[in-house]
Amino acid sequence: MARTGTNVVKRGMAEMQKGGVIMDVVNAEQAKIAEEAGAVAVMALERVPSDIRAAGGVARMADPTIVEEVMNAVSIPVMAKARIGHIAEARVLESMGVDYIDESEVLTPADEVFHIKKDGYTVPFVCGCRNIGEATRRIAEGASMLRTKGEPGTGNIVEAVRHMREVQGQIRRLQSMDEDEVMVYAKENGAPYDLLLEIREEGRLPVVNFAAGGIATPADAALMMQLGADGVFVGSGIFKSDRPKEFARAIVEATTHYDDYKLIAEISKGLGTAMKGEEMNETTDRMQERSE
Amino acid sequence: MTTIGVLALQGAFREHIRSVEASGATAVIIKRKEQLETIDGLIIPGGESTTMRRLIDQYGFLEPIRAFANAGKPVFGTCAGLILLAGEIDGSYDAHLGLMDMSVRRNAFGRQRDSFETDLDIKGVADGYNAVFIRAPYIERVGENTEVLATYDGHIVVAQEDHLLACSFHPELTKDHRLTAHFVSMVENSKRTLAS
Repeated sequence: MARTGTNVVKRGMAEMQKGGVIMDVVNAEQAKIAEEAGAVAVMALERVPSDIRAAGGVARMADPTIVEEVMNAVSIPVMAKARIGHIAEARVLESMGVDYIDESEVLTPADEVFHIKKDGYTVPFVCGCRNIGEATRRIAEGASMLRTKGEPGTGNIVEAVRHMREVQGQIRRLQSMDEDEVMVYAKENGAPYDLLLEIREEGRLPVVNFAAGGIATPADAALMMQLGADGVFVGSGIFKSDRPKEFARAIVEATTHYDDYKLIAEISKGLGTAMKGEEMNETTDRMQERSE
Repeated sequence: MTTIGVLALQGAFREHIRSVEASGATAVIIKRKEQLETIDGLIIPGGESTTMRRLIDQYGFLEPIRAFANAGKPVFGTCAGLILLAGEIDGSYDAHLGLMDMSVRRNAFGRQRDSFETDLDIKGVADGYNAVFIRAPYIERVGENTEVLATYDGHIVVAQEDHLLACSFHPELTKDHRLTAHFVSMVENSKRTLAS
């Protein structure tokens, strides 16, 4: 008797991705480049976040043809994005057999109040978070993996750093608390009490937490790993750089050996221009604020 | 004290460390090939086999791990690690480490939605073992010196060839450490044999 879609199976899948890089791709060719460079998974999209930002309008789930094309092109897992709260998009992606769904603020939310109740799906979900409240609410809804929201498509690491530091700092604060104080902390953060007790006991989140939203260079990836990320998502950073193949490979290496600075210096040499970044006060549409 | 290394290029290496320690041996993270000299046995963890192979090549681990195993030191491959140990993959002899005489099929049970957990009997090791299969491979055929320790749905999922052990699932993801403990005892035995 095989039990599918259990928490162990869904969270375990994310555990296998640890120390790895998940890359955004928009076609089979890019997916192959990503796989060749050593990506642990690819995110199949119609457009990378910086193009979504530039295009404006409503961003939706990708055309299933693209997702299918990518699934047929590589043997590593394929993820795809559904709009926040869009139960139908999520079910469509699940029926296609994608390996992970990102309920993502990069797309225009379908529901401004409620996220998808994710524990009823066989396919695992990853969600973005900026703090322990968002993190634990997503876990309670059934997310099997988390990532920082950062600010997608900007090539600016500042928001991802803020979100990773915030979550890590809150976990440390929680650990130093007396058990009497946890309920008020739960109230202040809108965080499920039982999950906070579990995190306080273990000293970490019960699911892996990757960095995402603004990673553009090997050193950015290494920085996020040092701040406690379990791995990294790179969206526009690879295929919006001058030399995608080289960037992809260098970011994978920097993620594995994030504390080997000589090596990072070596692999960063002559990489060419990274994607053009955006200063935060020039960023009008803050995707990270689309959900909490 | 028996020291077991866990290859830590990518994947679930921290869980293996915990499992080895729970089984009474010392566990170390292996990121550089020189470290192989300091350990008595090696675990190649689950993760993405394509990614791990690329990193194995990049850091020159391929020959040193083969030499390690050929010197009689035990190696345990789980999930992606099993794929790396196999001599034949998806019908092709273009193998990675190619240390075990067996042929494996990748993602043999299907995509992530087909991933599952079940209870297995592992011959001479554990009954009712909680095995977690994630986009798992299985073994299609083993050579005459390779012993089949467990099957699921007619497919081989645990095999041992002398001092080499491989399983399709993830022994590190549960609190059931019996299979890891079996490997620890393999390492302890080999240490005694190699010393004498």
